[in-house]
Amino acid sequence: MQAGKMTPFIKTGAIWAFVVLELIFFSVAGEFLSLSDKPFMDLDNMLLLLKQSAPIGIIAMGMTIIMINGNIDLSVGAIFALAAVILLDSMSWAIFAGLGDWVIPVSWALALLTGVVLGAVNGLIVWKTGVDAFIVTLGSMLGFRGLVFMYNGENPTSELNWTLVDFAEAQFLGLHTATWFLAAVTLVIWYVMTRTVHGRNAYAIGNNREAAVNAGIRVGPHMMINFMIIGFLAALSAVVFYSESGSVNPNDGQLYELWVITAVVLGGTKLTGGAGSIIGTLGGVLAIQLLRKGLGHIGADTETVNLVIGLILIAVLFLDRQLNLKGKEELKT
Amino acid sequence: MATLSKQDIGKILARQGILIAFAFFIIGFTLANGRFLSPDNVMGVIRSSAILGVMALGVTFVVISGNLDLSVGSMMSFSTIVVLDLHDKIGPALAIPAMFAMTLCLGAFIGFLVGYLKLNSLIVTLGMLSAIHGLTLTYSGGKNMDIADKDGTWFDVFGQGTALGIPVPILMFLALAALLGIILAKTPFGRKVYAVGGNGTAATFSGIKRARTVFLCYLMSAGCVATAGLIQASRSLGSQNTVGQGLELEVLAAVILGGASLLGGSGTIFKTVIGVLILGFIQNGLLLVGLQFYVQFVVTWIIIILAVWLDIAAKRGKLWSNIA
Repeated sequence: MQAGKMTPFIKTGAIWAFVVLELIFFSVAGEFLSLSDKPFMDLDNMLLLLKQSAPIGIIAMGMTIIMINGNIDLSVGAIFALAAVILLDSMSWAIFAGLGDWVIPVSWALALLTGVVLGAVNGLIVWKTGVDAFIVTLGSMLGFRGLVFMYNGENPTSELNWTLVDFAEAQFLGLHTATWFLAAVTLVIWYVMTRTVHGRNAYAIGNNREAAVNAGIRVGPHMMINFMIIGFLAALSAVVFYSESGSVNPNDGQLYELWVITAVVLGGTKLTGGAGSIIGTLGGVLAIQLLRKGLGHIGADTETVNLVIGLILIAVLFLDRQLNLKGKEELKT
Repeated sequence: MATLSKQDIGKILARQGILIAFAFFIIGFTLANGRFLSPDNVMGVIRSSAILGVMALGVTFVVISGNLDLSVGSMMSFSTIVVLDLHDKIGPALAIPAMFAMTLCLGAFIGFLVGYLKLNSLIVTLGMLSAIHGLTLTYSGGKNMDIADKDGTWFDVFGQGTALGIPVPILMFLALAALLGIILAKTPFGRKVYAVGGNGTAATFSGIKRARTVFLCYLMSAGCVATAGLIQASRSLGSQNTVGQGLELEVLAAVILGGASLLGGSGTIFKTVIGVLILGFIQNGLLLVGLQFYVQFVVTWIIIILAVWLDIAAKRGKLWSNIA
């Protein structure tokens, strides 16, 4: 019994230990290797790190629910891009011309709605056809990306609204707007997963779908809601990011699904479903961002980041399996 | 002869649905544009599908053995860049085997992780997608790779040459398809691949070395990727670092379209070739009738979902899922 309680704790702890390790490593190595005089643990640098974690982090929270459910969503990068295009394009639509700056909340709502609708499409197909979520979202990853390109060809969609940029660049209590969004999303999803029936059901379905059905949980609608949540979060991530940058390329968000899944798996969520935590995912997101920033800080090529992250992902998978095998052996004896 | 019941007809429709839909596509496109079925166009489509097709052949083995390979795209970039780089350094005759050896090493590494260490293939190959991409960029320093003397080399024969009036990429694709088709359908190894993917535990109990079979599947996939990289490099004689990016998903789409189940244990080389051709012809057909290039993504999406849906609907005997 104790092993069962301890293992998740060790796993959530492990990713945070890794985060601390990275901080120490890059601080020390930075002393010798960095070209700049600034220490790695500089307050501004850390605040920037949190801000840069937001786009991946916000989506990763949704992916955690999806993966605890035993599903996966490969289309988040495409949803991110389409929501961004809608956000920036809708600001210059003629029907909103008279709104002035009130166009901002309208465009935000439209972008978020896009995300929810695309998520609902994924969820509905998974529910009604019974096709595996991997295939469904693999397909919609192509399809949604196609919609992005059909919208505006290969041209970037741009719209700079200074009120919006000021809002996105603002710092409240020291933290950037994007960081606040990440914090809020983390808090809300954490609450949902640990304190509500919906969260409990998510774990139950991921653990044993048959048993969940027998216990009277309506699996289909539950999964569809989760796909709508991740669609919403992918759009929210786009809203936060592009409010500041003001220009989106049709290829933006490509490979986001890989970064997000890497973060979630690093955070200890099982691909098979039934296990995982939001706090762990937050650790995974920070670990990846630290690695990206840290490698740059010590003067490594940005190219090595991909190499290192890929290998770390595999190493974590290996360690995780060893831990699990050990746990099982302990239970047997 | 027994008469067909309504249910049987339904099953046949669902099983062969993809071929029937394909036939309708062809007829529709031909009516819309007479050039669609001209020999030139057909040859062009197969030729441009060859790279994707060669990769799909290897991935078919991996998928039948019950695993996934998402790393083929970045692995193809790697082999393309490596062979182009070595071409100028040690000459094409040595560059090709060296590139094959390096790519096979990557395949062996993945095969070791998935086969012998029994790690989840989705995550391993996802990690390798990123890792190999990093490796390629480190190797090339992020720069594009070009052959210095493009006119004075015989290296372009694999991508641009013709033999007996047929482009070499097509010949390579078909030859490889025939070879791998025979290996998969007619040899003990092929049967082992099906057994491991169909029911791994049962296969192990009947004395099949599961780890080794999976390992060999990844090795074959890497070999196919190296061949695809060779064709790509030879065709363009220069390349970006990201030439194969995203191809892993198109390859997987072709394999799934051919009817291989992601759960493993089913699929054939012939069906994969059909899947590759369907993707190629639809892409070409949509362009010929004057639609935007990007419409094909949306159409591919719909076709993949429909194909898989019909397949599992036929298996469960019901159109809609049993999910409450």
